[in-house]
Amino acid sequence: MRQGEISLAGILALFSLYLIWKSAELPIGFIRGQGPGGGFWPFWLSVGMLLSCLAIAWNWWRGNSPASVSDEPLMDAFGWRTVLHVGGGVVGFVALISVVSMYGAVALFLVYYLRFLGRHSWLLTLAIALILPIGLFFFFEGAMQVSMPQGLPFTQPFFDLMYDIIY
Amino acid sequence: MEVLSFLASGVLTALEPINLGLILIGVTVGLFIGAMPGLGSVNGVAILLPVTFLVPPASAIIFLAAIYYGAMYGGAISSVTLGIPGASTAVATTFDGRPLALQGRASLALVTAALASFVGGTVATVFFSLFAPLLATVALNFGPPEIFALMLLAFATFVGLGGDDIPKTIFSICFGLVLATVGFDTISGEPRLVLFDIQGFIRGIGFIVLAIGVYGIGEMLWTIEQTRGDITTTNPRMTAKGLASDAREAVRRGWKGTWIGSVLGFFVGVLPAAGATPGSLMSYGVAKMISKTPGEYGHGSPDGVAAPEAANNSASTGSMLPMLTLGIPGSPTTAILLGGMVIWGLTPGPRLFIDESEFVWGLIGSFYISNLAAVLINLAFIPLFVWMLRMPFTILAPLIFVLSIVGGFAASRSMHDLWLIVIFGLGAFFMRKFDYPLAPAVLAIVLGPIAEPTLRQSLLLSSGDPMIFFNRPIAGPITVVAIILILLPALRLLRRKRSVASG
Repeated sequence: MRQGEISLAGILALFSLYLIWKSAELPIGFIRGQGPGGGFWPFWLSVGMLLSCLAIAWNWWRGNSPASVSDEPLMDAFGWRTVLHVGGGVVGFVALISVVSMYGAVALFLVYYLRFLGRHSWLLTLAIALILPIGLFFFFEGAMQVSMPQGLPFTQPFFDLMYDIIY
Repeated sequence: MEVLSFLASGVLTALEPINLGLILIGVTVGLFIGAMPGLGSVNGVAILLPVTFLVPPASAIIFLAAIYYGAMYGGAISSVTLGIPGASTAVATTFDGRPLALQGRASLALVTAALASFVGGTVATVFFSLFAPLLATVALNFGPPEIFALMLLAFATFVGLGGDDIPKTIFSICFGLVLATVGFDTISGEPRLVLFDIQGFIRGIGFIVLAIGVYGIGEMLWTIEQTRGDITTTNPRMTAKGLASDAREAVRRGWKGTWIGSVLGFFVGVLPAAGATPGSLMSYGVAKMISKTPGEYGHGSPDGVAAPEAANNSASTGSMLPMLTLGIPGSPTTAILLGGMVIWGLTPGPRLFIDESEFVWGLIGSFYISNLAAVLINLAFIPLFVWMLRMPFTILAPLIFVLSIVGGFAASRSMHDLWLIVIFGLGAFFMRKFDYPLAPAVLAIVLGPIAEPTLRQSLLLSSGDPMIFFNRPIAGPITVVAIILILLPALRLLRRKRSVASG
């Protein structure tokens, strides 16, 4: 945890420096007749972020924060595995949207999570993985008139069928 | 007395069968729209605006106002049951509503939210009926310095009263405010902070993207990792008797927050460009500040649920005041209502009360009826919402992920934003591991678009002199209180060091 705290503060300080540099692309001073320039507000806020990171590093040096005096690892093997499986699942879910459509990705993600992470029965898994995307389709496309991504062309027959039902 | 007779006729108008039916439908639709992460009152009102062209203007605005009310109640539901604020107005409700749900007290949180919303809406409607023209004039005196001072106060309450690591809290606030500046500089119109030159950032970063990332992904990952996926959020007392007991507890432990939220929410709601979100966040801060047990806040205090919920309902009524009397919308939702009124052939402004008094008082009457309908419908649905929490977490968790991603897309219609949600979620998980408070970042991205223009306009007015925030009669005291709050942690530290040194 101790090493992680200072590493995270370092990464955030670098990001703050990047934001300071990026903000300065617009004027950061006072322009007569126009007031503060477009970069003024984000520039000083980024400076505030950088100063906060320095204060966090100072607290770390002095051992003032709980993480800075902890010898425990950030996460044990189970924790890393869980984050990898669940976080990786969410990343995979979003990546699949452009391929198999939003509703297809929802169904696949539910099968992955319910069956392989949750170890629920196939009956329950398939029931939820089929009913929820269809319910979401009627809610968003039918009631709220919000179109979700339809993925690659091979999903079109499914959408044609569903649109025939709602229109 | 004249007001009372107008009000009585307004209530009778609202009770006409068509209007009553529209109120019941509007409140129920609003409740479910508000409960969906990513969709709020603004979506509901915008999407259903075309439907209102089928009915007379008075019925149309009554219907839309009922959706607005319902959505305000509904926002609390996803904040409590899923831990994701359904809309920015319900951000503060997650602070204590979610911990209550995790302790198995979801029904207490939902009942508190419903009752506080009812009181907030009713108090605001009474204020609205009595002080409409007078309050509108006072609110009009709030210029950019006063509004910026209010924003400063909202951030100061987090620093002074947060109790978290102060540098991390300040980092979180600045980070949220910087994210709010991504996209275009609204004053010069130039692209600004297009990060890593990725074109998707030109559209800016919406509040909902950060909120869903933090609460829908990051918080869920953190909960799963901390509890090893074995968490119980069941509520054993879902009988009528249990609900009655929760209602009694909600009144006993949530009345202070309710009154603070009801009164403060209304006055903040009346301010043009402020609305229900700052109202709810400020009410939460003030309720915590004057509480005898501020340590309970953030860990499941009913007052912490009541204050923002009373405030967001109160403010939503308050925000209709400048819309009707001055033609200035107090919130994004009232901006759409204003657009609707113009389409229906009505001209908002002081003359509206004289020329279209039946319309105005019918609307005010409908506030009372909508509020009553919303609390009854909401209470009736609480067992359904709590039932959702009885599911095993390995079913609830993927459903929350799915609703977050689908709701995130519905709100932004952009794959770029979906990836941002995932990145924010993973980032929030690691920041949470190192005790970075993330609520201030969400607050900041919501208030940033109000804070920046008001700061820049103020400095333009004063030719760059920051004393403008100190030498105006309303802005001055607010700024001083904000600075005291910001300095409070340093003063506390100094006192602690002195007492250690003295023995």
